[in-house]
Amino acid sequence: MSQDIYVLVEHFQGRLSEISSTLLAAGRQLAEIHNSSLIAILLGSNSQNLFKEIPADKVIYADNPLLNEFNQDAYQQVLSEIIKLKLPFLLLFGNTTIGSDLAGFLSVKLNMDLASSCSHFTIEGNIVSQICGGKIMVESNSTATTTLITMVPGRYKLQTLKTDCSPEVEIFTPTNINELRIKTIKILEPESSDVDISKEPILISIGRGIQTKENIELADNLAKALGGVVCASRPVIDQGWLPTSRLVGKSGKHVKPKLYFAIGISGAPEHVEAITNSETIIAINTDPKAPIFDIANYGTEIDLFDLIDILVEKVEGIKTK
Amino acid sequence: MKIAVILKLVPDLVEELSINPDGSSLDTTWMRMIINEFDDHALEQAILLKEKYSGSVTVISPEFDGVDDVLFTASAKGADQIIKMTGDFSNSNNHALAKAITPFIKEIQPDLILTGVQANNDLDGSLGPCLAACLEMPFAGYISGINVEDKSILVRKEYPGGVISELSIFLPCVIGIQAAETPPRYVAVSKVRQVMKTSKIDEKPISEMDQNGGVKVIRMFQPEASSHAEMINGTPEEVAERLITVFNQIGIIK
Repeated sequence: MSQDIYVLVEHFQGRLSEISSTLLAAGRQLAEIHNSSLIAILLGSNSQNLFKEIPADKVIYADNPLLNEFNQDAYQQVLSEIIKLKLPFLLLFGNTTIGSDLAGFLSVKLNMDLASSCSHFTIEGNIVSQICGGKIMVESNSTATTTLITMVPGRYKLQTLKTDCSPEVEIFTPTNINELRIKTIKILEPESSDVDISKEPILISIGRGIQTKENIELADNLAKALGGVVCASRPVIDQGWLPTSRLVGKSGKHVKPKLYFAIGISGAPEHVEAITNSETIIAINTDPKAPIFDIANYGTEIDLFDLIDILVEKVEGIKTK
Repeated sequence: MKIAVILKLVPDLVEELSINPDGSSLDTTWMRMIINEFDDHALEQAILLKEKYSGSVTVISPEFDGVDDVLFTASAKGADQIIKMTGDFSNSNNHALAKAITPFIKEIQPDLILTGVQANNDLDGSLGPCLAACLEMPFAGYISGINVEDKSILVRKEYPGGVISELSIFLPCVIGIQAAETPPRYVAVSKVRQVMKTSKIDEKPISEMDQNGGVKVIRMFQPEASSHAEMINGTPEEVAERLITVFNQIGIIK
């Protein structure tokens, strides 16, 4: 039985996605634990230029115009073939909008075990996942021949991004991609008319705790006083209170400001993964156990409605001095 | 158009969570369960589609404390049929749930199946992709926005960085909803009470749950953070003063 560790690398518009760094770094560690090889699966069309960025022992590459962009139907068909042929010991996916669409589907289709939201592995190679918004950790293992795992970013990252890798390459030719039931019509880039929050130095970020659309004014005032920009976590965007361009998180933007001021944000893993590169994080949340406090530099449990107006007043007072 | 929506209840994360003495499951004795917010969006999207294109909405939910209220609320919002799968689901994973739901979906034969893209207690992937594989239907998750065409739907799928792809997917299919086009509607308690008198929950017993596909839980634990924020206590005035000092230190204000 092979002990080889496989990862599905994700890429978009000719570049490896950030999650691929997590998967390759974690995969390398597992390969060392199990004394086996790290093998990357790359699905694409004319994507050979990515080989040099993949520090794996081998790349299995399937090239087909139908794999040009992510298509769950095409991807699952090709991956099924590869998995059945190779029977990887572990196959790592990103817990992303791509990996999550595939892993559950393939697990049922191929009758293999699946662990999702894995943040890291123990030294024995057990899987540690985070659930319940990061409030509960679960250690698990599997005795299956092949186990599929989706990983969240955070713990693992390639030390340096190399562009001179030369992995062994195995070209995989899918026998037959059946008529696809999903077609990509077009890709829409985010509207560029709005500010780019990934480049802003001061972010005032609001979460569910802001309660109503009208209360966003509080954050606006603080942003104005500090010369920052307002952004938000998922629940605020889903209410339609701010445009998607202001979303910080897994399916929004990753940010790296000088100051990330989190108001009423609990700190779910999907949000936290996008703010860890902030220089300073200040969090206001009435729940003392909110996971946001574990990554913030400063925190307070005071009610945001008692604090923000006073804070704005003080900042403005200093500026007018 | 015939739409089926799967609703799940999940732990309310506002409440304290605790772990059973066996160390490998959540203590559900006092745990408050609420509707998975993404499922609530899936329901809203289904109702919006029904209003736009006509048709019917069937809601299917596994049994949990409080699920009747959730089902009656769905009915008050516009669901035509509400089904409760009865049995012990307290420790069921998504693989088991998907397999248990599959026969009902095959019986109803909907054109479209909507479910929330994820739930906060997912440990073996989310329900949608598992269900799609059981039904041998195409799947797309992280969807916010659906338009119906003749034999297919046009959906908007989200990617990191705000990129969106527009996909055309043949019906029938399973869709994991990230957000409905408009936020879930509010329905007055009085209306729900009224519905309780007139609608009926169809109960469908589930005898066996096949958990295969999930990994074996060794232990659950609460994370011990490697670091913690320096907490600032005091009156709003004092906290604001301290924050001003921090702003100064990091050079945000001078």
